[in-house]
Amino acid sequence: MFNELEERQDFIVIKGRHKKAMKCDSHSVSGSVSQRACVYSGARVVLNPIADAVHLVHGPIGCAAYTWDIRGSLSSGSELYRRSFCTDLKERDIVFGGNERLAAAIDKLVQLYAPKLIFVYATCVVGVIGDDLEAVCKAASSKYGIDVIPVQSSGFMGNKAAGYRAACDALLKLIEPVNTDNIGKSRSINYLGDFNLAAETWIISNYFRSIGIEINAVLTGDSEYAKLKKTTDACLNIVQCAGSMNYLAHKLNDLYGMPYIDVSFLGIQDTSESLRKVAAFFNDDDIILKTEEMIKSQTAKANQAIERYKHHLCGKKAAIYVGGGFKAISLLKQFREIGIDVVMIGTQNGQPHEYDTLQELADEGVIIVDDANTSELEQFILEKGADILVGGVKERFLAYKLGVAFIDHNHNRKHPLSGYEGAVNFAKEVYSTVCSPVWKYALDQGGDSAR
Amino acid sequence: MRDVNQNPCNMCMPMGGIFAFKGVEGSMVIIHGSQGCSTYMRRHMAEHFNEPIDVASSSLNEKGTVYGGEANLKKGLDNVITLYQPRLIGVLTTCLAETIGEDIDRIASQYMEEKSLTDLNIIAASTPGYGGSHAEGYFRTARKIIESLTYKTEKHSKINIIVPIISPADIREIKRILNALDIEYVIFPDYSDTLDQPFARPYNKNPDGGTKLHDIASMAGAAATIQMGITVDDAISPGRYLEQQFGIPLYNLPIPIGVEATDRFIDTLVRITGCVVPDSLKQERGRLIDAMIDAHKHNFEARCTIFGDPENVYAVAKMCMENGIVPAVAATGSPSPKLGEALGDHPHICVLTESDFMQILEKSTEENVDFAIGGSDGKFLSDEGNIPLIRYGFPIHDRIGGQRLLSVGYTGTTLLLDRMTNTLLSIKYDNYRDKMRQRYLADMQR
Repeated sequence: MFNELEERQDFIVIKGRHKKAMKCDSHSVSGSVSQRACVYSGARVVLNPIADAVHLVHGPIGCAAYTWDIRGSLSSGSELYRRSFCTDLKERDIVFGGNERLAAAIDKLVQLYAPKLIFVYATCVVGVIGDDLEAVCKAASSKYGIDVIPVQSSGFMGNKAAGYRAACDALLKLIEPVNTDNIGKSRSINYLGDFNLAAETWIISNYFRSIGIEINAVLTGDSEYAKLKKTTDACLNIVQCAGSMNYLAHKLNDLYGMPYIDVSFLGIQDTSESLRKVAAFFNDDDIILKTEEMIKSQTAKANQAIERYKHHLCGKKAAIYVGGGFKAISLLKQFREIGIDVVMIGTQNGQPHEYDTLQELADEGVIIVDDANTSELEQFILEKGADILVGGVKERFLAYKLGVAFIDHNHNRKHPLSGYEGAVNFAKEVYSTVCSPVWKYALDQGGDSAR
Repeated sequence: MRDVNQNPCNMCMPMGGIFAFKGVEGSMVIIHGSQGCSTYMRRHMAEHFNEPIDVASSSLNEKGTVYGGEANLKKGLDNVITLYQPRLIGVLTTCLAETIGEDIDRIASQYMEEKSLTDLNIIAASTPGYGGSHAEGYFRTARKIIESLTYKTEKHSKINIIVPIISPADIREIKRILNALDIEYVIFPDYSDTLDQPFARPYNKNPDGGTKLHDIASMAGAAATIQMGITVDDAISPGRYLEQQFGIPLYNLPIPIGVEATDRFIDTLVRITGCVVPDSLKQERGRLIDAMIDAHKHNFEARCTIFGDPENVYAVAKMCMENGIVPAVAATGSPSPKLGEALGDHPHICVLTESDFMQILEKSTEENVDFAIGGSDGKFLSDEGNIPLIRYGFPIHDRIGGQRLLSVGYTGTTLLLDRMTNTLLSIKYDNYRDKMRQRYLADMQR
């Protein structure tokens, strides 16, 4: 396979008979036009849905401007999380330090909103000019008797995955129980790695309620301070977005002996398997019976709805380029559920074990790529003749310009893709983009006639 | 200075720098900083323009931050050349690169020497995120491009046209007017094609269009410069540079939005070149006046908030006044002392600089405005203050077609005015029956 950048070769494999080692979770190659974001981005994604918290960005204005209310997370209560607060550092602050500006911003925000919880996000410069985030936050915390938690998310300190860990570290500080008597005592579960995009947390919570399992805390979709403070009461953690929350699940296990299981609610097959896994944990006949009944009726309903789209889609070819490996694995299965072959799979921040799984699941000849750049995406999509790409906002317009259909699997979408409803939405969206009449006109729009 | 910015009304300097470089033929941009900066800006622009936006990053990591990012940047330049074969590479700095003291001019020139590059230009612009808004970043970069590419050259009769951040449709409209006047010109930065590419197979990741490099060089010999930049500080003004360095007369004009500003633009061109205004343009002017008269009673004494880049805020505010609409609040996130001066003759306008949306909401509520006009972030004013928003400028994320919004010239003004009047009409008609019933019928039935 031809790739123009030598140092990118090791990040790409073609599925063959033997598994090949591939490079991942490494620095992006300078100048390659990577699709990745930064540490701050990863941390903000994970913590942002905490609805009644003040999210304060400590740095110059850009980071706060580009992340203001761009995500589809829903809240059942406070809307405070949808505001973008920033210390808006100027040249003078870079020279003389931003500690005082940060303290003043916290004072003001406490006065205006009386929050119980403030997250302070470090940006690139803060990591360089040596502001003492920990000390300022600690002082504010004791001054007001609230949680003021620093998030060590300076952009250059790694990639987005490092941001997930920074967010998890901040969460660990938040959920550290004052009273250890209640740890694991409740019969309820925590749901980790769902951000309530387009009501997805609510959809999954309803499933659990109907099979007799209560959700204790969700990290972090539609969550708030008081609920998160009781996180350690639950008897089990279930982990949806493994990329962002596996680390937290491990830590909660180490620190408080909380067991966890990986789940995925993307696609019919994964949703049903995940519900079964959780039900089995409780080892309760009533729960297991209710689970099987629900799976049966929901699967039948979803399959019937999907049937309408499926026969239009059989034999089409898909390319996947998403943030994490967990999502890519689920999408591979989900495309198969609607009769579509996957010809390229890539992720921004996949981990070695996830790429192992992808290599096992993928058909022969499939291209697997870590931290792809736009040139590679263009090359692979065309080379493999993909009819559809699934990805985020930046990838959408590349697909369209290549005359290829596109599925949005990003954080600002406004339609749920989780659970049985989500599986139907997914099939419908694939149908609506693959089978649109517009492509007919794009087919013979050559370069010369366009000018 | 306020203690905390609540909901930013501006972006950072390198964002404006990207716009300026996207207006140059065969250019590619690399942002010297951590990976996130370029990704965030690409995402912001992609959602507005509905286009792939390729911008590279030097992906500075911890090592580069501690020991200097020179090696990263040079590697990045290598890879950009391999992947894109650009004719010009724009290097933009970030908060991070500036704070660790990167000397990008030196790195760029050293790189050119090391590689003995003769058919490639590398232009480095300093755009620290803490140094100003995207609006300043745009002009500062545009000036740096001109400084780098111009040299003393033979005089010719072309006119330089320097535009601020407006829509691709607006740039195309300005070109149409210039063509109608039969004027030879260089328009810069011209991102009307690069950020609004027609669909064509095969896809070309180096989009056609942009001001040609030799045309930029020729700006040093032009008959005059018309710069749509009355709020632009001299230190970052490309037109002022051409005047001071090469003696090119500068006409600093507002964006041609509204009758007066469009007249001024065309009159200035007539004065410089002696061109004749064709009947077609006169007719367009007549249609605009006709539209203004048709709509005048709906618009009179309506009150609005205008927010965004200083240059656009000024132009739209003046256009509102021509129609009897009171621009009660004129706000920008930019420091822009010149916006206040320019609108200083109008004490009824509350001018807010270095503002944020919380302040804009408070003032707009206080001033009882009927609608607001500006980018998508103004949806906050609708959500929290029930103020209808007319989308104009950059960024527009939650609606399609920001790149096609036409607002300049007589025809563009007519379309912009219609958008305003129709907003007022929809408020009136949507509430008409309920309002009248409550006001009069309730009494009658009591």
